[in-house]
Order: sequence, then structure tokens, then C-alpha cells
Amino acid sequence: MEKDNCFRTEIPKIIEISEVVNEGKGQNSFFFRENIWAKPGQFMMMWIPGVDEKPMAVSYWNKSEFAITSQVVGKFTKKLDGMKKGEKIGIRGPYGNAFSIKKNACVVAGGVGVSSVSTLIDSLANPLIIYGARTKEHLIYLKRYKNKNLKICTDDGSYGKKGFTTDALEEQLKNDKKIKIVYTCGPEIMMKKVMDLCNRHNVECEASLERFMACGFGICGKCMVNNKILCIDGPIFNTKQLSNMSEFGKFARLKSGRKVTLEKYHSTPT
Amino acid sequence: MLQTNLCGMKLRNPTILASGILGVTKESVGRIGMAGAGAVTLKSLCHEERSGNANPTMFGYDDVFFNAVGLPGQGIDNALKDFKTLKGFSVPVIGSIYGYTIGQFGQVTKKMASLNPAMIEVDISCPHMDYGKPYYADPELTAKVTSEVKKNSGKIPVSVKLSPNVYDLKEIAHAAEKAGADAITAINTATGMSIDLDAKKPVLANKIGGISGPALKPIAVRCVYEIYDEVEIPVIGTGGITYGKDAIEMIMAGATAVGIGTGIFYRGINIFKKVCNEMEQWMKKNKIKNLEEIRGIAHK
Repeated sequence: MEKDNCFRTEIPKIIEISEVVNEGKGQNSFFFRENIWAKPGQFMMMWIPGVDEKPMAVSYWNKSEFAITSQVVGKFTKKLDGMKKGEKIGIRGPYGNAFSIKKNACVVAGGVGVSSVSTLIDSLANPLIIYGARTKEHLIYLKRYKNKNLKICTDDGSYGKKGFTTDALEEQLKNDKKIKIVYTCGPEIMMKKVMDLCNRHNVECEASLERFMACGFGICGKCMVNNKILCIDGPIFNTKQLSNMSEFGKFARLKSGRKVTLEKYHSTPT
Repeated sequence: MLQTNLCGMKLRNPTILASGILGVTKESVGRIGMAGAGAVTLKSLCHEERSGNANPTMFGYDDVFFNAVGLPGQGIDNALKDFKTLKGFSVPVIGSIYGYTIGQFGQVTKKMASLNPAMIEVDISCPHMDYGKPYYADPELTAKVTSEVKKNSGKIPVSVKLSPNVYDLKEIAHAAEKAGADAITAINTATGMSIDLDAKKPVLANKIGGISGPALKPIAVRCVYEIYDEVEIPVIGTGGITYGKDAIEMIMAGATAVGIGTGIFYRGINIFKKVCNEMEQWMKKNKIKNLEEIRGIAHK
């Protein structure tokens, strides 16, 4: 999609947090009364003045409000986590492309990645959801999805089935030939396995990727994955695109632009 | 119609990706080449790895765009491993370099030259760095940096990128030429600030940043016009070029080639093709056969 809309406004707008909902340990959803017309899979740049600005997935959306869901990982999310109703935050966006909405879908979510597929889940007709987290404590949205077809697994077996989402998906794909597409968001190693499983079973796949970002509108060049500019070409990529990305599941770039392993990327504070 | 010769480089058209926009990775060069650029300038690299400033580092509204990214970069040593060579791309690649000390400018140039870029651009003008005294603001310092870079660049042509944030730009351009510069890139961003009324704080985490986008164009045209009068070497006119008519204006002021950066924000990555098409349309309508006919015409 080509942009040619002189002149654009991409400056943060300060709005109040209208509600904070605790979703689980260290995980809160922040609601805003603002109509942003976000499609499933899109993200917002969230600015805490004096701290930083980061991309966050839109985790709840309707025509009059939206929310983001945070998990404390660094300075920014720690600050966000302590914010209360009525406090102010800057928003710009939504940015990025969106998930396709197809029938006979399975959604595979790992850890905090679930917040990037939550509005997708809201938009799909009766999807099968495979959702995994480290422990029971790390699971969120359980009430939200109580009427959904939900398969849960935890690494330690403290809730649902013990094991990984990829094991559950493999079993499902073997036995359930109705699944036509798998949408996924979670650790990239998991998403790589999900894509490989989908390829093996000849099922479409779309994954939501994450990289360090400065602008969100395709000019800073920090979020590149091979020749894709993640913030405008993605963050959602399909099987064909993912198969051509040699960096998918392996490498990412630090804030400096240096290419490092995903492990190093995730252990480097931004 | 648009072919341009810049310091011996044969460009298919005069549009060059300006430094600082995309240009971080090898694969972005190919991507910009596909979008129609005549050449690509990489994001500036120095002797060390830098993470840059906290966000917000860039935003824009109407015809003004702000940035204060704080010169992030993987550093020249990592870049040597990452890029391996700058030859063999579909378009000529210009390596942008800087250092903190004059010696570092030389060291980074030597390493950059080993990658065989089509040209080396010297960033003496980024307004965000704390150099003590900025090299761009003093003709003597500009000359010192330029000759140090020239000592280390071998046969690769060198363009010195100047800042508009000075009293007498002509004097500085003259100093760069005298010290051996093969071209001048003009201009870098002008400094500015934007304060959010609700946050009651500057929006940029760095508070002060560089202004680019259409608002910068009149300043850039003035600078290119002044420099063209002063020096014999070619000028890469950069600043606010968004449409074909902007590029034509810059060439009438005296630019040999034109840099496009923030224009991507306004018109998408294919701005290079769009600007070239618009230039050709204008030229056909005005019966101009090549850019030589109008280069510097505003001075006559």
C-alpha cells in the first residue's frame, strides 16, 4: 500500500486512562475512551512523557474505546504498570497492517503475545484458541474467553495441559483437517515452529512479529527484517513472506541497528 | 532525460536517499533501489556502536517533521562485517561517516573506504551531537575534518554535509572545497522544538531536534543557491523535497543531485519514482531535454 497523503499528522495526542483492569500478575489493561479504528493486529505508539515511547498492540477495541495490555519487562512497562485511572499518556496510530479474517481458524498465542491476537479472536467466528504461558499466574483473559473454544497449556502444568502450544497445535493439525489458517503471536521461536507445522500440514499461517521501533511509519529503518519494514509491511506476515525471511526466528536488530541473535535481542535492555 | 553525473558517478536520476532515513541495513538499500532512487546514502556510522536517544525520536505534523534520534548506529566495525562490501548493489551506495574527534573522522573514513562505497559523505553537521564546538559551525574546523577525511578516503569522492544553523554558510562551503571536498551535501536539518500543551513537555525525548519536511525546503533552496555561487564542486541539494517541482527548484538553485529523506514520510517509499515522473512531466511540458539546461538557471 502506497501512502501519498500530504500532509500527515503523526504526533502524539495526550489522553486520559479511563480504566485500569488487572489481568494477572504484573499484567494490566489500560483503557482509553478514544475511537481509533484499529483493525485486528494493529498497534499504537504509546508515549509516557519523560520516559519513552513504545509500540503496543491494541488488545481491546470497539467504536468508543480501546485498550493496551502490558506486561512488565523494562523501564517503560514498569512505569506504565504503575499508572492509574485519570493519568495521561500520549498515543499515535494505529499503525501496521492487519490479520486477514478467515473461517476455520486456529489462533496460537504464547505468553504476552495473546494481547496481539485478542482483537483478532474477537473478530473471528468460533476460532480454536491454543494459548500457552509459563505458569497459571501468567495466563490472562481467561474470563474474557470463557465461552470460546480454548485449549490451554502451561510449561509447568499448573493450569491446562502441561507442555507447549506447538505440541498442542501439532496434535490438532493431525486430527482436525478443518483448520484452514493458523494465526499466531508469541515468542518468535514458537511462531517459527508454528509456521513449520503449518507448512507440513499445508495450512496457511499468519504471524505477528515484534522488533525495536522508533517511528512506526516506515522511515527510521530500525525494524527491518530482511527487506521488510516491519512497521508498515507488517507486523503481520503470511507464510510466503515468512518463508523468505532468513532472519525470522533467528535474528533481530538492536536499537543501534546491529544484527544479533534473538536471544541477545531479548536480553538487551532498550 | 534525468541521467546525472555526480563526481564521476553515473546516476540514472538525480534523486538520492538522504542519510538517516532507512539505510540501516543491507537489504534496505535494495528496497530503496527498487523504489527508484538514483543512489542511496546509508545512515551515518562512527567509530563506536550507539543506541541513540529514547523515544519519541521522530514525529511530524502538517509540513513539519521533527527528529532527534541521537545518531544510533552499529558502528563502523560491526558495519564492516554486516555489509562486507558496498559494491554490487543495483544503485550506487554512499557511506555516511562521522567521528567525535578529527582523528576518528579519519579512522572511520579509512574503514568505510575499504567497503568501496561510490562516495563518502561526511556528517559534520548533525546538530544533536555534543562535540564541544560543532565542526560545521567553523570554517577552520570544517577544513580540518575535510582534509583528514580526504587523507583517508583514497580515490573515493567525498561530500561534506553542511548545516544551515550557521551565520555564514558560504564561508564554510568554501573552506570545505579548499580542503579538498569533491562535493557538498546541503543541508542537514534546522534545529527546532515542539512542546505538547497537555504534557507540558517537549515531545522529543531529546527536547531539541532537527526540522525537516516541506518546511525546510525554502531554507535548503537558499543555502544551495548561496553555495552554488561560492564553489565549483557539485551540490547535493537536500531538504524538504517532496514533489518533482521541489527537485526542479533545487536544481534551478544549482543542485547537481537532490537528497530525499523525510519525503518518504509524506509520500511512501516510492517517492523516488513519483518525483522522477513529476520531473519528467514538467520537463516535457517546458521542453527541457536534460537537467543541464536548468541547473543553476536561477542565478542567470
